[in-house]
Amino acid sequence: MSEPRHQALIDALGAELVPVRRLLPPWLRTVGWLALVAAFAALLFAHYGDAPMLRRWAGAPDLAWAAFGAVLTAITAAWAAFTLAVPGRSRAWAWLPLPPALLWIGASGLGCLRTWLAPGPSIVTLHQSADCLVFIIGFSIPLSALLVWLLRRACPLRPLLAALLVGLASAAASACLLEICHAYDAAATDLLTHALAVGIVVAANTAMGGRLLSRH
Amino acid sequence: MQGNRDARRSELPDGITLWDEQPLTADGTLVWDGGFAPSSDYRASVSAEPASANEQAERQRAAWMAAAQAGDRRAYERVLADSVALIRAVARRQGMGVDGLDDVVQETLLTVHRVRHTYDPTRSYDAWLGAIAGRRAIDALRGQGRRGRRELHDDIALDQHPDRDDASMDAERNQQARRLREAIAQLPPGQREAVEQLGLREQSLAEAAAHTGRNTGALKVNLHRALKALRDRLNGDS
Repeated sequence: MSEPRHQALIDALGAELVPVRRLLPPWLRTVGWLALVAAFAALLFAHYGDAPMLRRWAGAPDLAWAAFGAVLTAITAAWAAFTLAVPGRSRAWAWLPLPPALLWIGASGLGCLRTWLAPGPSIVTLHQSADCLVFIIGFSIPLSALLVWLLRRACPLRPLLAALLVGLASAAASACLLEICHAYDAAATDLLTHALAVGIVVAANTAMGGRLLSRH
Repeated sequence: MQGNRDARRSELPDGITLWDEQPLTADGTLVWDGGFAPSSDYRASVSAEPASANEQAERQRAAWMAAAQAGDRRAYERVLADSVALIRAVARRQGMGVDGLDDVVQETLLTVHRVRHTYDPTRSYDAWLGAIAGRRAIDALRGQGRRGRRELHDDIALDQHPDRDDASMDAERNQQARRLREAIAQLPPGQREAVEQLGLREQSLAEAAAHTGRNTGALKVNLHRALKALRDRLNGDS
């Protein structure tokens, strides 16, 4: 039994007790968030169609690998964030998005190298890269906001790590969405823009999320 | 069974194993100096029996918490009371001194109350509680570190700060009182009410409950939260 000084607080908390709805499992919460990403993707497919994307993938399979890596990164980073927001879960979950992130970055880098060795006519300009940056950040904001809101329902005991995963998940998801309507081949400026956008989203989420998520 | 227990241990925060606080229930192989070596069956029964008692206690806590999530007050009070020893063990393991243990216990109990919906009854209760207690202990240690850097030891303080004249002490006291009044004014209404009724007007819980129309439990929790907020705020300002 507890000592009397804690008993007073225990009695008080007992008096405040009301039934609570248990948090859904992390995988199910991940699916909920991915539903929003899928809704965005459906809107973009309805507008652009899938033909341009498939044509580019047929010409440069590494782009398809990069997109595949980005999709997996978004899924695993969100799953890891939801899992780590439950107290008592192993920190090893934070490593889950690493292999897909390596595939995403590696395949993007390969595309960049190919363009550098055999430049084609569709190299992006800095202006077009700025459009990519705005697109990724524009989609990342609502996706991050939803993730943060969902995570606040749980108890992220490591808010900075959670924010980092939020940033990675939303930036990767935005990069996937960009793939649907991206009219250009990968180039150094393109990859740099992606890296910059991901960096901005991760940094902003880490800086804001660190406080946003630490209410517990 | 062994696999389950190992899985739960691995979920505990870094370096924390709750079982080793209770050596009688720890797994282990008996080693004899003489020519008698216990058979493997015997070893198994020695290690399995206390472990199952331990697991039973944890399963009981998990069942109480599951009932508490559904609103069972008696189960909730039992699981919180049963958690105090575990919280203290985790806090000690994190390096918390005896003086700070009660604060960590109280902060952890309040956090458990806020996030009780995050507990999944199919998983270890002790790992869930241990993670929260470990985090609250680290927070408390950081808080102590910050205060320690600001505060001076008595002998140094005496050397460096001889008695001032009454006027300057009065001014300082007034300034402190003003800061406290401002900090109280910025508390949420429920917490402010608890401080005013219980702290400033020194009313009893029953009097304050009659005066505010709130139950005594809510008043106690509000007072505890208010004092924490004021402590954080005043320490942060200084």
